[in-house]
Amino acid sequence: MAFDPKEREAIMGQVGDALAPGQTMDSIGEDISSIILTKKPPKSWYIGLGIAGLLMGVLMVSVIHLLFFGVGVWGINAPVGWGFAIINFVWWIGIGHAGTLISAVLFLFRQEWRTSINRFAEAMTLFAVSAAGLFPLLHTGRPWLAYWMFPYPNTLGMWPQFRSPLIWDVFAVTTYATVSAMFWYLGMIPDMATMRDKAKVKIQKVIYGMASMGWRGSAVDWHRYEVAYLLFAGLATPLVISVHSIVALDFAVSVIPGWHTTIFPPYFVAGAVFSGFAMVLTLVIPVRAIYGLKHIITIRHIDNMSKIMLATGLMVFYGYLNEVFFGWYSAHEYEMYMIWNRMTGPYAPAFWALIFCNGLVPQLLWFKRVRHNVIAIFFISIVINIGMWLERFVIVVTSLHRDFLPSSWGMYYPTKWDLAIYAGSIGFFFFAMFLFIRWIPMIAIFEVREVNHKQQHG
Amino acid sequence: MNQAETQNALYGISAEFADDVTLLAAAHKAREAGYTVMDAYSPVPVHGLHEALGGKRTKLPYIALAGALAGLLGGLWLQIWVSAIEYPMNVGGRPLVSWTSFFPVTFECMILGAALATIGGLFAMCKFPQPYHSIFNTPGFERASNDRYFLCIEAQDPKFDKEAVRTLLNDAGAEAVSEVKP
Repeated sequence: MAFDPKEREAIMGQVGDALAPGQTMDSIGEDISSIILTKKPPKSWYIGLGIAGLLMGVLMVSVIHLLFFGVGVWGINAPVGWGFAIINFVWWIGIGHAGTLISAVLFLFRQEWRTSINRFAEAMTLFAVSAAGLFPLLHTGRPWLAYWMFPYPNTLGMWPQFRSPLIWDVFAVTTYATVSAMFWYLGMIPDMATMRDKAKVKIQKVIYGMASMGWRGSAVDWHRYEVAYLLFAGLATPLVISVHSIVALDFAVSVIPGWHTTIFPPYFVAGAVFSGFAMVLTLVIPVRAIYGLKHIITIRHIDNMSKIMLATGLMVFYGYLNEVFFGWYSAHEYEMYMIWNRMTGPYAPAFWALIFCNGLVPQLLWFKRVRHNVIAIFFISIVINIGMWLERFVIVVTSLHRDFLPSSWGMYYPTKWDLAIYAGSIGFFFFAMFLFIRWIPMIAIFEVREVNHKQQHG
Repeated sequence: MNQAETQNALYGISAEFADDVTLLAAAHKAREAGYTVMDAYSPVPVHGLHEALGGKRTKLPYIALAGALAGLLGGLWLQIWVSAIEYPMNVGGRPLVSWTSFFPVTFECMILGAALATIGGLFAMCKFPQPYHSIFNTPGFERASNDRYFLCIEAQDPKFDKEAVRTLLNDAGAEAVSEVKP
């Protein structure tokens, strides 16, 4: 794609080879495609798929239970009506955003190192968005009527309320899922042709052949393809920002203390990127070790992702400080109480755990020794995932459980079904990731070849 | 068409190259020799190749723009029509066409329209999906998606002459030159 290494050097002021030396066009194709075409999946793949499959079973049981008995099986009630469903929705969709950031934003900024991880991160986006979509649907209580949220002519003469952030959400999330899927597939077409041509078995040839759309790598097609890819990157970038801003507006447009604040959209977007990169690292670190891809996903990738995590982590932490400051500065009785309650009330442990996970632990990333220690990064990324989940918990629960009238205060305790469906959604996500690793080249072959070529010939 | 003609029918003559530099040079040579109906095939995009073959800039961005405008106007109109014409609801005298709160949906529709137009336009222009193409009859073409570069001068070219094309491609440094059946 339109990378000019000299220009990039001028902009970024740093060059380090993203790929290990000594690789050829053929070796890259072979290393990535053989995982699918010739090698047997490692034992850990079966074990992982098995565990994820069991959790999928948990999801299925808990969804059936939920549909049978209604949302009352969850811990939600007045005054906390959102609970785990919305926490998980925001958490998952935030995780998804790193995929778009890696594939679109880093592409526009000409960060060539992204090519080793973008396919993987985009797959993560797609599955995370699917997992996210589950929660608002189930939270409606009657998901089979979810189509009511779309504007379509009906005999009731009813239309959606376009001034409601919840309807903005419907449009944002469905657009995001559609565009992410198309972007992902678009990026995959040339690789599908490589798979078709490398396939040894008839059935593989036929399936990858169909998926490749008849791609033959013609110069005209490449030209159109690159323009289309650039257009998609340009469209996905504002889209990803708009999606999480709209998710933030679900909160900010309301009048609840702690939610009604203008810092929410930017701070939510930073948090999304933060958690998304953490999830990419959580996934990529074991995969590169198990599949022997350390020469393609190098320590430089881990280092760069850690730096982005550090930067966005600081932005998020700034958001927390800002919330506390404006809680006090507003001189607004309810806002001040909300902040005080958050720090010392019944949910204070969650708040301080959040500060530990998202405020303190990421500071370790300042040190190169930590950034180059893969195991340390793996655990830090998990801590950040937990921290970002706690952040959403704190935002949703502490604001709702004590708002204005002390007579309507209450406590929120998740039930076992809340936990089961959350664990189930993680199972669903990993199940989909395992299938992806097995059947789709998890690294963009042609893009890595291009970067490799440039690395060798300047 | 009788049998002899069918046997002689030719899609073009294609040459296999070991690297992108030779391919690019060959494309320039062919263009200078006056060939116009030809295409090159490569596993990674080769910069300047499309221009070397005399290709024009694609119109895809305009298609994307049209999709974006359609999405923008369609989305905005949908909301205005629903909120002000089809089901007007007077809430304390607030304006029916409250366009600021229509902005998010309008924006999402614009992006969706542009993205659908881009991928639709790309597929239409490249004629995807296309399960069969004569170029796949080139011997060794499966490496065009791996580590080989191909240039095919097609029989439809007004200047097409088997021997001349063969000589040109051989001189350009081709590893192999072969006839491609349609």
